[in-house]
Amino acid sequence: MKILQLFISFFKIGAFSFGGGYAMLPFIKKEIIEVHHWLTTSEFIDILAVSEMTPGPIAINSATFLGYKVAGVIGSIAATVAVVLPSFIVISLIYHFYTKFRNSPYVDWAFKGIRPVVLGLIASASISVAKDAFIDLKSVIIAAVLFYVVSFKKLNPIILMS
Amino acid sequence: MIFKLFGTFFKIGAFTFGGGYAMIPIIQDEIVDKNKWMENEEFLDAIAVAQASPGPVAVNTSIFVGYKICGISGAISCLLGTVLPSFLTILLVAVFFYQYRNNPIIDKVFMGVRPAVVALILSAVYKLGKSMGHSKAKVLIALVTVLLIVFVDISPILLILAGGIGAVFYFKGKEKES
Repeated sequence: MKILQLFISFFKIGAFSFGGGYAMLPFIKKEIIEVHHWLTTSEFIDILAVSEMTPGPIAINSATFLGYKVAGVIGSIAATVAVVLPSFIVISLIYHFYTKFRNSPYVDWAFKGIRPVVLGLIASASISVAKDAFIDLKSVIIAAVLFYVVSFKKLNPIILMS
Repeated sequence: MIFKLFGTFFKIGAFTFGGGYAMIPIIQDEIVDKNKWMENEEFLDAIAVAQASPGPVAVNTSIFVGYKICGISGAISCLLGTVLPSFLTILLVAVFFYQYRNNPIIDKVFMGVRPAVVALILSAVYKLGKSMGHSKAKVLIALVTVLLIVFVDISPILLILAGGIGAVFYFKGKEKES
């Protein structure tokens, strides 16, 4: 029963949170702490810290962790599958729509206008990370040097992360 | 092909710290620059769709890219590739390492990764922007988007809608003129 509840909660979280991982956190908090009382707030914060420190999208990480805390390995599988299932369904539908109407001039025009907006969105993501990242001059210099080598020297980004 | 996609996204999932947007430069590098599975413009379209749909941006992007390259089997293998490293890492952490969560050395390592994440995201912006061509209007739209997101905290979905609808009216008007 708990597994089913967990699945439904994370399906809802996946389906109704727009705008990526951080936008999902208020939803997760509400479902897990306020509605079901599966965790205390401080346990939740610990889990968020671990989710940020491990690789991968934060929403997935926290779903896996919370699922495990609530109902063991089966819980972690249920929560992870449930949180990505809405994405899969929605993107499948949109992809079919996109390929069908890609040749319409309206869709073409719309995407021409959307592309620079998306570029701006990605750039602003770097600003929000920078707020936490730039704690001293050294960190700014590291970022500037890395920007140069990745943009102009074609270095593999994965090497830099490690 | 499916195994290659899975492997690529597994690598992407395993090595990107700092959430969804940190994955975008790595996806761009692997999919567009290295393997040439997609054009830069198609990649931006994928991100637009990913951002406007519910769920994590990186997961949505990987599903869309998978469809584009290899149909539904591609979408499933990209999704699994992106999610599995997270899932396995967190499970390990939850089972074994949770007691070390306040370890100062681990904290330092992750603080060190953050400036790198900023640099990577910016260089993805640079590469994608370069491929779009240097029209003043495009640069202006991108700048206005940044300002609105950072200072007004407006929803990204609204901006994507505004960009799309605005462009349709703009090009429709232009078509009537000519």
